[in-house]
Amino acid sequence: MNHTPLIALVGNPNAGKSALFNALTGARQKVGNYPGVTVERKSGRFALEDGRPVELLDLPGTYSLEPSSPDEAVTHDVLLGKQEGERLPSALIVVMDASNLDNHLRFALQLIALGLPTVVALNMIDMAERDGLKIDVAKLSAELGVPVIPTVAVRKRGIDALKVAVGELATTGPRISGGDVAVLHEDIVGLQRRARAIAVAATTEESFRRRWTHRADAVALHPIIGPILLAAILFLIFQAVFSWASVPADMIDAGISSLGEIVGDAMPEGFFRSLIVEGLIAGVGAVVVFLPQILILFFFILLLEATGYMVRAAFIMDHLMARVGLSGRAFIPLLSSFACAIPGIMATRTIDDPKDRLTTILIAPLMTCSARLPVYAVVIAAFIPDRAVGPGIGLQGLVLFALYIAGVAGAMLAAYVLRRTVTKGPPPGFMMEMPKYQAPAMRDIALGLWTRAMIFLKRAGTIIAFTTVILWLLVSYPKPPADYDQPAIDYSIAGRIANGITPIVRPIGFDRDIALALIPAMAAREVAVSALATVYAITDGDEAAQERSLVDRLRGRWPLPTALAFLVWFVFAPQCISTIAVVRRETNGWKWTGFMLAYLFALAYIAAGATYWAATALGL
Amino acid sequence: MTSHAAITLDQLPISDKGSIQSIDWSLLSEKDGRRLRELGVDEGVTVEKLHKGPFGRDPIACRIGRMTVALRSAQAAAILVEPASKS
Repeated sequence: MNHTPLIALVGNPNAGKSALFNALTGARQKVGNYPGVTVERKSGRFALEDGRPVELLDLPGTYSLEPSSPDEAVTHDVLLGKQEGERLPSALIVVMDASNLDNHLRFALQLIALGLPTVVALNMIDMAERDGLKIDVAKLSAELGVPVIPTVAVRKRGIDALKVAVGELATTGPRISGGDVAVLHEDIVGLQRRARAIAVAATTEESFRRRWTHRADAVALHPIIGPILLAAILFLIFQAVFSWASVPADMIDAGISSLGEIVGDAMPEGFFRSLIVEGLIAGVGAVVVFLPQILILFFFILLLEATGYMVRAAFIMDHLMARVGLSGRAFIPLLSSFACAIPGIMATRTIDDPKDRLTTILIAPLMTCSARLPVYAVVIAAFIPDRAVGPGIGLQGLVLFALYIAGVAGAMLAAYVLRRTVTKGPPPGFMMEMPKYQAPAMRDIALGLWTRAMIFLKRAGTIIAFTTVILWLLVSYPKPPADYDQPAIDYSIAGRIANGITPIVRPIGFDRDIALALIPAMAAREVAVSALATVYAITDGDEAAQERSLVDRLRGRWPLPTALAFLVWFVFAPQCISTIAVVRRETNGWKWTGFMLAYLFALAYIAAGATYWAATALGL
Repeated sequence: MTSHAAITLDQLPISDKGSIQSIDWSLLSEKDGRRLRELGVDEGVTVEKLHKGPFGRDPIACRIGRMTVALRSAQAAAILVEPASKS
């Protein structure tokens, strides 16, 4: 039983709800999921002035109580006590943007009419003053019939007063019994007019001008400068993801290696030592190495979101996305997928059109995620000569760029075809509020990063740990008899599966060793590199050959068409168990997950085969 | 300048202001119509055309009341605006 009072935080998007949530709860947050729907449940705890603990529930930001998107349905159901697995909140904190009163008041009127004890947080009061608005808080409170507390969540102003007001609510009990249900069904337009009347009455001085946002948009949305600025920002992000991350990633890598050695030395030789050192530590380590890249990417995404630029990026990209049947909203999830498809697919939750969202999920794995980079790096280093093709342009870098472009082109083509076949539907509209620009609070970004890091590590510790152990078992067992003269891996289950796959992949230029490496690479793409290294180190036999780099080995073994086909395979193939698991969860079943696997593998097979045969025909 | 004949929002020139005269809800899907109402589109509300998308002049960004809202021209075509007289 849970006797802690539940307080729900509700409001429009862009009212500063998350910042207020962070200011009230600090780092004591829990992120989960509502059963059956892909809506995040975020809650935290804080103590009232008198020390009583309360649980604060951060409901998804919505414009009204009409349940049309999954987010809105959850907000609606929680507030009416209909949400499965959730208590009816004992009080509400309604967040309003003081500089956008007339619009936010409409939703507030609906919420107050629910009859739950309510306090209004008149947030971003500093912004409203900067915009030339003076609001009579006492008058607003009288009009609404509930306490109104001016706050500046990002600066932690007004938070204590808000806690006092919430504490008083919890003792006075419901204001209206039963609630004024009629208001819930009142026409939006009627409510809007009432809201506007209240806003006008409560605003004592008005010389509304949003100077900063106006000036910034003149640049950010300029027909020529805007796209150039966006391209420059994206370039900076990619540079940062790949260059800043290498030092911490190397440190994590070294840390995992030494952890493996320490554990390996401490344990007796045998099944459990191999399981833990080679299976668990090496396998989970291979994924945790990507934490710095993911955090750097998320830092920029959170920063762009907090400043208000992200919506501008969606605005600029909308027309291009519309050509393949998507909307500007799909741009953000697809951008995230360049670091990792998992956060990208999770970010599709903000797309309200279900077909638009599904299509975005299905093409997200085509964005070149950071796990492909180690594979590309090794194969390019082995087969593409390191020479310049122009001033400052190297052939190797050009090939890498081409692989990224191939992924994007494949995704656009896939979206175009999908939207005209299996995810056919009316074109998704693009209708978004463009919030004002604001300086982000670094604390909110740090908290966001912390939450993301925890989700990622939790996944690495559960799903990924489990699958890598399974794959390790497949690769390691059964052990060959003592007189077996082939590499031990050939005798294992994975070796036998590889024998089965080889005839299928031979037409696209892959031999049995490659087929073998593709099996553990299902856990994560970069595992292909270590798998190839293992296979060749074992087949070469001599221990000294361990020192020979994988690059040298590949050069001696693979013809160029095979190497190119291998690269192209990795552009398209859905070789990532975690992504598959997330797609299954986000699409609520195996139907679309199976479809995605089938079409991506087919695409990879055809593209790799075409590359192999074209390269062979050209005599490469 | 032309007289103050009403034009649709997608036709309103950049940085021109006006007030919404009427909205042809039949041109909008139920969902789009509701979204527009939620974003404050209503008869009599002042609007200002602010920006156009760089590619293909779509979508457009308008100030509606105190909010800046992005929408596609197809939806903006349902909103009839009476341009404000220029000083």
